Amino acid sequence: MAAGLQAVRESAPALKRQTMPRAKRAAIVGIPAFLVLAFTGSMSLGLIMAALILAALYIPAWSALPAGKWVVLAGILLLAILYPIYQPNLFDVLVFGNFPSADTGVTMLVFIMMALGLNIVVGYAGLLDLGYVAFYAMGAYTVAWFASQHFSGVTVHVGGVGVAPSTPGFHISIWLVVIIAGVFATVAGVLIGFPTLRLRGDYLAIVTLGFGEIMPQIAVNGDNLFGRNITNGSQGINPIDPPGFGDRLHNAVGLPTDFLSSPNSTRLFYWTALFLVVVTAFCSARLRDSRLGRAWIAIREDETAAAAMGVPLMRTKTWAYAGGAFFGGVAGAYYGSFKGGTFPSDFYFNISVFILCMVILGGMGNIWGVIVGAAFLSYLNQEGLANIGAWMNANGVSDFVFRKQIDVPLYTSGIFGVILVLTMLFKPEGLIPSERRKQEFREGVHDQPLYDVTHE
Amino acid sequence: MADLLTAVGVRKEFGGLVAVNDVDFTIPERTIVSLIGPNGAGKTTFFNMLTGVYKPTAGQIVFDGHDVTGRPPHVVTKFGVGRTFQNIRLFQSMTALENVLVGMHSRLKGGILRAIFKPPSLKREEVAAREKAHDLLEFSGLRGRDDEYARNLSYGDQRRLEVARALATEPKLLLLDEPTAGMNPQETAEFTSFVAMLREEQGLTVLMIEHDMRVVMGISERVTVLDYGEKIAEGTPQEVQSDERVIEAYLGTAAVS
Repeated sequence: MAAGLQAVRESAPALKRQTMPRAKRAAIVGIPAFLVLAFTGSMSLGLIMAALILAALYIPAWSALPAGKWVVLAGILLLAILYPIYQPNLFDVLVFGNFPSADTGVTMLVFIMMALGLNIVVGYAGLLDLGYVAFYAMGAYTVAWFASQHFSGVTVHVGGVGVAPSTPGFHISIWLVVIIAGVFATVAGVLIGFPTLRLRGDYLAIVTLGFGEIMPQIAVNGDNLFGRNITNGSQGINPIDPPGFGDRLHNAVGLPTDFLSSPNSTRLFYWTALFLVVVTAFCSARLRDSRLGRAWIAIREDETAAAAMGVPLMRTKTWAYAGGAFFGGVAGAYYGSFKGGTFPSDFYFNISVFILCMVILGGMGNIWGVIVGAAFLSYLNQEGLANIGAWMNANGVSDFVFRKQIDVPLYTSGIFGVILVLTMLFKPEGLIPSERRKQEFREGVHDQPLYDVTHE
Repeated sequence: MADLLTAVGVRKEFGGLVAVNDVDFTIPERTIVSLIGPNGAGKTTFFNMLTGVYKPTAGQIVFDGHDVTGRPPHVVTKFGVGRTFQNIRLFQSMTALENVLVGMHSRLKGGILRAIFKPPSLKREEVAAREKAHDLLEFSGLRGRDDEYARNLSYGDQRRLEVARALATEPKLLLLDEPTAGMNPQETAEFTSFVAMLREEQGLTVLMIEHDMRVVMGISERVTVLDYGEKIAEGTPQEVQSDERVIEAYLGTAAVS
């Protein structure tokens, strides 16, 4: 305890020194934003509260304190956990309208999880995977097979909830299925990875692109695969059982029987997704800082040198692929259960590119960056663009610029393209790059002083 | 003295070009051997075959009792062959310490699950590895540079870091590909004594490709000369220096005087 106090006292000057510039930076952005909001009449108690919370998290240089970075982490986590509760009372943002609903939040979290998985493959190991959606599809079909009435020839119930015990088909608890899906996707990742990961750079990208194209084709045509109906074709498989804890746990400790029929349905889905994201982020961070993570970065930088230092290339790359596949599979399975169905149209190539955009926009290799990138793009896709469009149409912007009302979400792909191009032009390392990436993009710029001036 | 490495009839063809032509070669334990020859003589190709980067077209390479012919680089490294590169190939966006830690890869344990659950044994291993990497940097003349990005190190320090990283693989045989290229005379002298010390204190065997004849003649016990992929001479520095074919092919008449 005394030692702790001592440590706090010692770091106080550093805290003070680092806090001033942060306060200035916050003021430069915050005060004009505050004035604009005040004059446009969108000021509210909620807004002031939000500003104060953000300031408390950002302005003091928490990281200067011992265990300080946990303060920020805990703060952000708390805000995320409570989100579905305070979201209805939040203020409206100019142009963007209201904050995303908890329902949209679930989708955002699922995409964050997928982006974090892809980040292991692309951001850490530097393997350009254009067919990541294949693992998402595997997860989604695993949940469709093991928690629905699709295989009506059998009746197997292992902890399945939300269905009568006599319902035909596999009905296995979603918690189990999510893990099975992850393992299944991992195995598939290893099988796909083994022949393809010998390829480098562009060649790998082309082959993974191929796998990404094959996947929805199998899904569409899988209603008659060697005479069996595996995927139910383009109609997809639904309904899929919801997650839940069953009657026994419900009666004993009050856990929800099944999410779908619970009055808090959306919140339960949201919190579960948040839990999965936290686990994914934790695993990502642990892997990044491990022997394996170092080997991935070494391979990304220079395969030949990495091999000469004793890094087995194939095995290490396959691990990256398998790790990414696991989280993709889990995310796919959970999303399938949330949506209550699995459809081949969810797995087209553009989803792979969409997830890759999240990673690039946020900052490859940086967990926070990827989270922000994925949250932002999936929000735009789900709600944001529609809100912006509604605002533009209502306030005469559309009429002024395009001479008619427009349907903004129609142009989603084009808008994402523009965002990606702008990112590449102005911030190629992403919104929140890792220190490493910053180094890489600084290559060729040696801003050493012209004269060797030293201050005593 | 036992031979640490024996290469018999090693040959490498690229299409119709014979880069290394049936070379026999041995490295006795605890010696410093130099490989010299004009540019394009096949020295680096030979190096790459020893380390598993290239697969020999014919011939056999035995290192420390293991047949390493055509084995992948990470296996050869694990057996105890460490190397540096002719053009520096550090992991530029990693710090000096991290570069050395990558060098320790084959000496550390821990797969994907162990990394995620991080048991106490792994924590101890990491701490020990970092300490060792730190010591290795200090030993190689990079005191206080632990957290510098490799990219930001000076040229001489980058060369030193390459050696530190190679030493981290715990080699029995250290292969240095033109280690003093681009160094000034003082740095070269420092480096030469560093290599000599490695042999004396750590019992390392060293094979190096080198163009600086002062270095070659100064510290190597044996010199092998390649020209157009063929071994044209082998022996002590003095023997090689006075060999007619070597003078004609590489050293030139000035070197004799």
